[in-house]
Amino acid sequence: MKMSVREAINLTLHEEMARDPRVVIMGEDVASGQGGVYGVTAGLTEKFGVARVIDTPITESAIVGAAGGAALTGLRPVAELMFIDFLGVCLDQLLNQIAKFRYMFGGQARTPLVIRTMIGAGEGTGPQHSQILYPMLAAIPGIKVVAPSNAADAKGLLAEAIRQDDPVVFCEHKALYMDECEVPEGDYVIPFGKARTVVQGTDITLCGLSRMAVLADQAAAELAAEGISAEVIDPRTLSPLDEESILASVSKTGRLVVVDESNPLCSMASEISGMVAEFGFDYLDAPVQRVTAPHTPVPATPCLEKDYVPSVADIVRAAKKALAY
Amino acid sequence: MSIPTEALSDAYRLMKTIREFEERVNAEIMNGQIPGFTHLYTGQEANAVGVCAHLDTDDTIISTHRGHGHCIAKGADVSGMMKELFGSSEGLCKGKGGSMHVADIDKGILGANGIVAGGPPISVGSALAAKIRKNGKVAVSFSGDGSVNQGTCFEAMNMAVVLKVPAVFVIENNYYSEHTNISYAVGCDDLKARTEAFGFPVFVADGADFFAVHEAAGKAIAHARAGNGPAGVFAEQGRYHGHFVGDPQHYRGEGELDDLRENRCCLKNFRARMLESGEVSEDVLDGIDAEVMALIEQATIDAKAAARPTPDQVTEDVYINYGAGA
Repeated sequence: MKMSVREAINLTLHEEMARDPRVVIMGEDVASGQGGVYGVTAGLTEKFGVARVIDTPITESAIVGAAGGAALTGLRPVAELMFIDFLGVCLDQLLNQIAKFRYMFGGQARTPLVIRTMIGAGEGTGPQHSQILYPMLAAIPGIKVVAPSNAADAKGLLAEAIRQDDPVVFCEHKALYMDECEVPEGDYVIPFGKARTVVQGTDITLCGLSRMAVLADQAAAELAAEGISAEVIDPRTLSPLDEESILASVSKTGRLVVVDESNPLCSMASEISGMVAEFGFDYLDAPVQRVTAPHTPVPATPCLEKDYVPSVADIVRAAKKALAY
Repeated sequence: MSIPTEALSDAYRLMKTIREFEERVNAEIMNGQIPGFTHLYTGQEANAVGVCAHLDTDDTIISTHRGHGHCIAKGADVSGMMKELFGSSEGLCKGKGGSMHVADIDKGILGANGIVAGGPPISVGSALAAKIRKNGKVAVSFSGDGSVNQGTCFEAMNMAVVLKVPAVFVIENNYYSEHTNISYAVGCDDLKARTEAFGFPVFVADGADFFAVHEAAGKAIAHARAGNGPAGVFAEQGRYHGHFVGDPQHYRGEGELDDLRENRCCLKNFRARMLESGEVSEDVLDGIDAEVMALIEQATIDAKAAARPTPDQVTEDVYINYGAGA
């Protein structure tokens, strides 16, 4: 069935809540009104009631911390951190609490929770509502980080996130919410740590994360028109990261462009480049190219924002540079 | 509220166990046997025991960096705790938590916590789970006078009221957040009123008096358990040691520590009360003392002999399952 990312997430929340009474939703404006700014949680209250779809005050530390405490004591909360930027006010609960429970309690703790959060630029939302930030989280042992690029993956990965027993941050790119694709009906679960090969190719690998996988796909189409065969890989989960699939692709193509909307320092692009330099050095025929946002905050005005976010043209240019090496 | 004789003996035993555990830990740290930061609870034992006396195994507590007393009062195995502090893989947390993270999930101990006011939001989540699961349980968070100025504490208190969950906030005022006195760090004159302004009742007790804490905590916990939303307990009592073991405590007033040990000792107070009421005889109390001393001695011997982790254990227990790609 064809549906948007927003609809796929909404459907999955309905399905998982129906499947398991321990699943509860909590966050700001999730229950009342329209189901959040983008309507992602719309209809859940009508179906499951306010006991399981819980509106909270604007109180991110309490939302994230309470999700952790509820997960430790038998629920499977799906908490919403409206924008990933709000990590700034609640990071301790994720970094020092939830991520550490299992290890620092010697394997006693089970913390099955999902934090759904919006990421990304492209909507003119400015420096405090547009960041990517997932590299920060992927660097923290004890949590998993997921970033789907389409509706089908959103469904399968969210179902897996809710059903498995570790804490997961589920990153939803706001500029993808209306993107549509075919979504498998019924029970559909995608295991973590399995990249998706978006397009097969032989000349160069384009590895794109979250929305950048979509742009990489578009870049591959442009390159194909010029007779260049690009393979597009979407890792889908950043922690765990499917290193094997990325290396397998590079072993075939000998060239790699990593496309990441993060700021460049300590980005996923850096991580993947480093990983390939360490384990795939012999495969490489050219230096790895990183296409990222610049080392700046996200500008609000669309005239600047379009230059901030990596573009299809940027990816094509980087691919050609690698091919010309 | 009259307390059965057996419960009185249990309470004394727990307070004495905490006292001797802490004093032994202090000595072993001085001997260089225990690594890391350790914050001792000595002096405040009545708070933990007076509160936990009202809790079942499935009620939860979340503690602080000064957490040994809360964990013992809630039923943590003393030997497992001592092993944890000594860094043994046989410790309650396999040596990976240490003094500041003692936990026993099956006993409702959601962990001591190294971040000041890290615990209250988590405790509200436990209370929320109790409310949703309708199991009649309560969730207690222990905090100190330092934590009451953290935003997480405010957020947890407000959300507990908004969601009307059975959360109990126990604030232990030991007068110093690290080295800074409460008269400086809390900007208002009436902390009880400030806390009650969040919208729940707070019951005050003398933290050197087990019976006072027991009564105040009983009211707060009954309030929460009955579905009336959160409640608070305030107990005042100084700690006998520094913020951490090794703290020179230059911030203390002259004679302050001597006065605490001499005149504000929950064990002495308890004994005096028993002598007066005759509910538990001196002989019985002496017998408990001897049993506790033997327990701590054995726990220490066992901890010293217990296995240390092997190198492969450093990567264990990060995740339940990290997924196919890793």
